[in-house]
Amino acid sequence: MEISDNMDLDQEISKTVGSPLLESKVRIACRDVNVFYNKNVQAIFNVNLDIGKNQILAMIGPSGCGKSTLLRCFNRMNDTIEDCVVDGLIELDGENIHSKKIDPVVLRANVGMVFQKPNPFPKSIYDNVAYGPRLHGLTQNNSELDDIVEESLTKAGLWKETKDRLNKPGTGLSGGQQQRLCIARAIAVKPEVILMDEPTSALDPIATATIEELMSELKSAYTIVIVTHSMQQAARISDRTAYFHLGRLVEVDETGHIFTNPNHSLTENYITGRFG
Amino acid sequence: MSNLEILLILIIAAVIAYYATKRQAQSWQASRDKTKLDSLPNYYGYFGAICTLLPALIVLSFWSFIEGNIISALVVSKFERLSASNASDLSLVMNEIKIIVESGLSEKNSNDLFYEKAAVLIERYSSVSLFLKVASVFALSILGFMYAYLKITPRFKARKKVEKTAVYFLLLSALVAILTTAGIIFSVLFESIAFFSQISIFDFVFGTHWSPQIAIREDQVSSTGGFGAFPLFWGTILISIIAMIVAAPLGLISAIYLAEYAQPKIRNVVKPILEILAGVPTVVYGFFAALTVGPMMSGLGDRLNEFGMSFEIELFAGLVVSSESALAAGLVMGMMIMPFILSLSDDVISAVPDSLRDGSIAMGSTKSETVWKVVFPAALPGIVGGFLLAISRAIGETMIVLMAAGVAANLTANPLNSVTTVTTQIVVLLTGDQEFDSIKTLSAFALALGLFVTTLILNILALQIVRRYREQYE
Ligand SMILES: Nc1ncnc2c1ncn2[C@@H]1O[C@H](COP(=O)(O)OP(=O)(O)O)[C@@H](O)[C@H]1O
Ligand SMILES: [Mg+2]
Repeated sequence: MEISDNMDLDQEISKTVGSPLLESKVRIACRDVNVFYNKNVQAIFNVNLDIGKNQILAMIGPSGCGKSTLLRCFNRMNDTIEDCVVDGLIELDGENIHSKKIDPVVLRANVGMVFQKPNPFPKSIYDNVAYGPRLHGLTQNNSELDDIVEESLTKAGLWKETKDRLNKPGTGLSGGQQQRLCIARAIAVKPEVILMDEPTSALDPIATATIEELMSELKSAYTIVIVTHSMQQAARISDRTAYFHLGRLVEVDETGHIFTNPNHSLTENYITGRFG
Repeated sequence: MSNLEILLILIIAAVIAYYATKRQAQSWQASRDKTKLDSLPNYYGYFGAICTLLPALIVLSFWSFIEGNIISALVVSKFERLSASNASDLSLVMNEIKIIVESGLSEKNSNDLFYEKAAVLIERYSSVSLFLKVASVFALSILGFMYAYLKITPRFKARKKVEKTAVYFLLLSALVAILTTAGIIFSVLFESIAFFSQISIFDFVFGTHWSPQIAIREDQVSSTGGFGAFPLFWGTILISIIAMIVAAPLGLISAIYLAEYAQPKIRNVVKPILEILAGVPTVVYGFFAALTVGPMMSGLGDRLNEFGMSFEIELFAGLVVSSESALAAGLVMGMMIMPFILSLSDDVISAVPDSLRDGSIAMGSTKSETVWKVVFPAALPGIVGGFLLAISRAIGETMIVLMAAGVAANLTANPLNSVTTVTTQIVVLLTGDQEFDSIKTLSAFALALGLFVTTLILNILALQIVRRYREQYE
């Protein structure tokens, strides 16, 4: 796909097509979000997007198009990057996450994150899962903590494999198990939203299938935003899909609609190009 | 013609050989039929240079190594008076003769005709030897060059040959380094065995009385009682502990600040400065300890003492701080190893991958929670390894202790007393005139062996820990 000229491009993707906004059950809302690195490098342009409760939103697009950048806005991880400025309104359950009342530390406990590369702490499996609850003082005593650890590991589909080795280091697990451990760690603090940045790109197909299954189960309790470069994965698990191009949100719609009948030519090019 | 001059000429010859063979190779390349060379012309040049230089160099060094002994042997065999005398007399006489040779024969500085004769003989042999040496070396050099020049053809695998020579050269260098170390270890080991044949290991390690000076006199009743090295090892441990109490927290906390909190700008300035500080010669620290810290502390002790006297505070009254104390030495040694610990810990902490920090922050922890609960535990094995390396440095340190803690072998837990360490005692034992095979000298080797074993164990432990830590992330 060739881009002849920036003017053309700007016109072509100046407005998001599809249905970026929802009527009800909105968990995260973005209005005119722009993100800048180093003041003059803009990574995200005017994104308007609603993310519904108990839905999975998949973000797809060529690499470098700003998917991770937008994802990191939702739990204010971009705050940790020097010179990164997030502009515009982002609401979680109707509350502006950039308002003074919101402590980013508390926000991050409500919006969990799973990274591309599994990053368990070099601690025991138990301590990995107990990290968040201990940090936020969620439990009164050890048996409550044990319960949370068991519950989280069960939800992450890891309990059976690890219940006899909870004191072994989490770094000793296989890649897929490590990623499920990271998911267990994230849900142990009972967040409302889970952000996942290409969570299966470092995993083999079997581990990927396990995690995809897990996401479908988690949907009933959480809102999930997943960045993926696999369109099959987006098609399989997500309710809605958003296509990004050069920092612009080109098209958002029901996943079935996007993959069968995309409205924008850029979306179509990307999807057909990859499906080949 | 001295060896240095010969060497210079050889090198010049090698350079010429390099260009000559390279030229030859280039001329093939440029010839009409465009011959394809096996290697770049450079390699033909290197090959020529190696053939010119290497055999000649080997002969030169070998000859220089043995020529002195051969000449001496020849001279000795010529004179009955020499060959009849015993070894130590012989070496005295030979030395004298050599002095005559060096000061020049023309001056009549010896009244003994025999010496003069011998000297003349030595000189004659020397000039013959020199002639043979120069002739053979240069002949070899020329032969080597001719060999290389005739050997090379466009198909000649010059690159492989050069590569192989380079490997042998590297191997030889490594061997020299390893053999030297092994030699040192074995000499320490053998002398220690000689020592332990006279003093039992048990008495040495656990004996509490150290006074090697007494034992010189063989009729001494307590001649075996003076080699209890326990106070020395204890002094070493005491000072190292004090040093670590000073250096470990300071170094570690500063490292955490530098690695996690400081602006990159500050870090880029501070880190090199610290590394310079870690390279300051320890005698400078020793100076500081002996002239500033020691007297300051004994002054402080006196002040406290007066204070205690006048207000009748038991604790302070009777407090005596000698100007040479374990505390002063330990404090300054702590300052010495602090930058070392800081720098190592900073490296280890910076090596903790950012993905762990991100993971922790995304869980909703603050910066300092992340540092203390995730980064620090992750870096801990490496930090401990760094500490062990620092301790083995402290144990091996000599100058500071020598200057600030004294040489009295007290067995005391009071850091205000003067103590001595293993390294200091080795210095004391071996400075001045010594009979090499006296038990006093031998005891220095036993001390060195003890020191060597201790630091070896510490270093192996440290390396093991650091390596395991590295594997965790790679
Ligand atoms: N920390 C950063 N500093 C500066 N530029 C960045 C940084 N992270 C990402 N970018 C830039 O922002 C753009 C979007 O990056 P990213 O969000 O990582 O893309 P994606 O996840 O879609 O591959 C890219 O052009 C990238 O170079
Ligand atoms: Mg990305």
